[in-house]
Amino acid sequence: MPFEWIVAIRYLREGRVQSLLILSGVAVGVGVIVFLSALISGLQVSLIDRTLGTQAHIVLRRADEMPRPLLERDGPVAVTAHVERPAQRLRSILQWQQVLDSVERMPGVVALTPTVTGSAFARKGTANRAVLIRGVDPAGFLRIIDVGSKITAGRFDITGTDAVVGSELAAALGLTVGDKIRLSAPDDRSEVFTIRGIFDIGNKDANERWVFVSLRSGQTLLDLIGGVSTIEVKVADIFSAESIAQGLSARTGLEADSWMKTNTQLLVGLRSQNSSSYMIQLFVIIAVALGIASVLVVSVVQKSREIGILKAMGTPTRRIIRVFLIEGALVGLVGSVLGVALGAGLSLFFASLAKNPDGSPTFPVDLNLALFLRASIIATITGIVAAAAPAHRAARLDPVEVIRYG
Amino acid sequence: MDDPLLRLEDVTKDYGERIVTRVLHGISFTLSPGEFTALIGPSGSGKSTLLHLLGLLDRPTSGRILLRGGDTGELGQRALGRLRGRTIGFVFQFHHLLPAFTAVENVMMPILADRGRADDEMRGHAVGLLERVGLADRMHNRVTDLSGGQQQRVAVARALSMTPALVLADEPTGNLDTESGDQVFALLRQFNREQGTAFLIVTHDPRLAARCDRIIELVDGRITSDRTGGDGQWNSASDRRDGRCGD
Repeated sequence: MPFEWIVAIRYLREGRVQSLLILSGVAVGVGVIVFLSALISGLQVSLIDRTLGTQAHIVLRRADEMPRPLLERDGPVAVTAHVERPAQRLRSILQWQQVLDSVERMPGVVALTPTVTGSAFARKGTANRAVLIRGVDPAGFLRIIDVGSKITAGRFDITGTDAVVGSELAAALGLTVGDKIRLSAPDDRSEVFTIRGIFDIGNKDANERWVFVSLRSGQTLLDLIGGVSTIEVKVADIFSAESIAQGLSARTGLEADSWMKTNTQLLVGLRSQNSSSYMIQLFVIIAVALGIASVLVVSVVQKSREIGILKAMGTPTRRIIRVFLIEGALVGLVGSVLGVALGAGLSLFFASLAKNPDGSPTFPVDLNLALFLRASIIATITGIVAAAAPAHRAARLDPVEVIRYG
Repeated sequence: MDDPLLRLEDVTKDYGERIVTRVLHGISFTLSPGEFTALIGPSGSGKSTLLHLLGLLDRPTSGRILLRGGDTGELGQRALGRLRGRTIGFVFQFHHLLPAFTAVENVMMPILADRGRADDEMRGHAVGLLERVGLADRMHNRVTDLSGGQQQRVAVARALSMTPALVLADEPTGNLDTESGDQVFALLRQFNREQGTAFLIVTHDPRLAARCDRIIELVDGRITSDRTGGDGQWNSASDRRDGRCGD
């Protein structure tokens, strides 16, 4: 083992109480960082999961119809004084098959599915509810939004005239699996559907209004034969959704809304949560660094005679500096291992305190190896940086002074 | 006379910046390889200061210190440290061992600090030295568990671990009882005879000084006498120990 390591380890073992104190200090600091990060990122992951549980990462639709002023035949002079904005009709995406191909080739896109979506009424007996028809291709759609796993009764089966409704709608209309409802779209197009499944995706609005039918039934009901109103896209990295959406919009000429755009508030919230968490971590790191530095300064003062002797024996200054840097690094590293255990234990304990009715923790924690590694690396570097001043002080000791005055 | 091991040319040393105190006034002498010299003088005469200069721990205010003909004043701090580690060994009054380490580790320390990494040869060398100072059975004890005499013997072994050409000893027996002090002194003499190591021993004890080959006396920062001691190789009479070189 190299000289520096032998001396550093021996000194740490020798100053037992000091070493234990500073290790506990580092452990508590790292524990706080791990706990805080695990809790915040756990909450964020669960918030984002919930948000993305009911919406696609990117939704492509046709741009709104714009008013077209009438122009005089002979020149670009408007002849109308007032141009009214047209009411938006449900229109199909033009040549959507080609659009699908082009979207699929976009890097970052992992799944996509065409859907038709439009308003209708659901009627059972005399009860009547406004609903949103979601005509989908089941295989493709379940890869975008996993309704299949949120089925509370029956199953996700929408072949022919079968339909799947949300739990709120089922309650309002008194529906159970096997019941029939009539879906009526504008212009008196209506059809009777059999309920094959009831879902609960944790969003009241969706549970109240969504009715899943097959793509073909949807097209018929909404008068979009052979067309689709939206293309829903899933991307690999959810935080690149906005930039991919912009790319898709440029590529297809369609309007592309990413979840980030439709949930700006959520993102702002997450971002400010992150910055406050970083601030807390920064101050914890500073406190840990000051703690390590002060203990090492005391240790240098206590050991100044020994350092002087080492120098008198011809020990190069750089080796003495390294002894203290290694002490700092070891304190940081060992303390962070203890701290990771502490933080992880605290997080799991906290998560076990409160549970949702479905058994999932109210405060989900996100513990992962990357977090542990990050905490350990930060603590080790902090230890080295904190040891720099004491090491420098040790390096400047004059052996003559030390030997003469002991 | 052999080529000088160490040569001082008109060395002075001042302390203080505003109020300058001259501690050493124009000291010149040479030490030859294998010489066994005592440095005596009253407290405050500048013995320790001179020892620090000789040990390259400090630099003179003026004058030159030549080690084997080379001017040490031309060396940088780093080269000076390396030269010191490899050619000069120290034995201090208070052993100044490293309390966190065992006897054998303390003896190995100078080589370890020089080479940076421990190996078996280094350990064997240290064990051999401890055997020669009679501490083979204590080598794995913490130095804090040893008696004063044993600690000082470890310090002697440590001073010799780099096989230095010169060992500087500052009151090596100063805080030992007579018997332990005699043992330590005998060891120094033994290494001097067997390995030809030069020794310069600062002492207050006229009995010890008398057993050296040469006695340099320092008073008020000046050498007042430099004479042959009572136990020189060319001076075998043991009955002339007393009174030849007192303080």
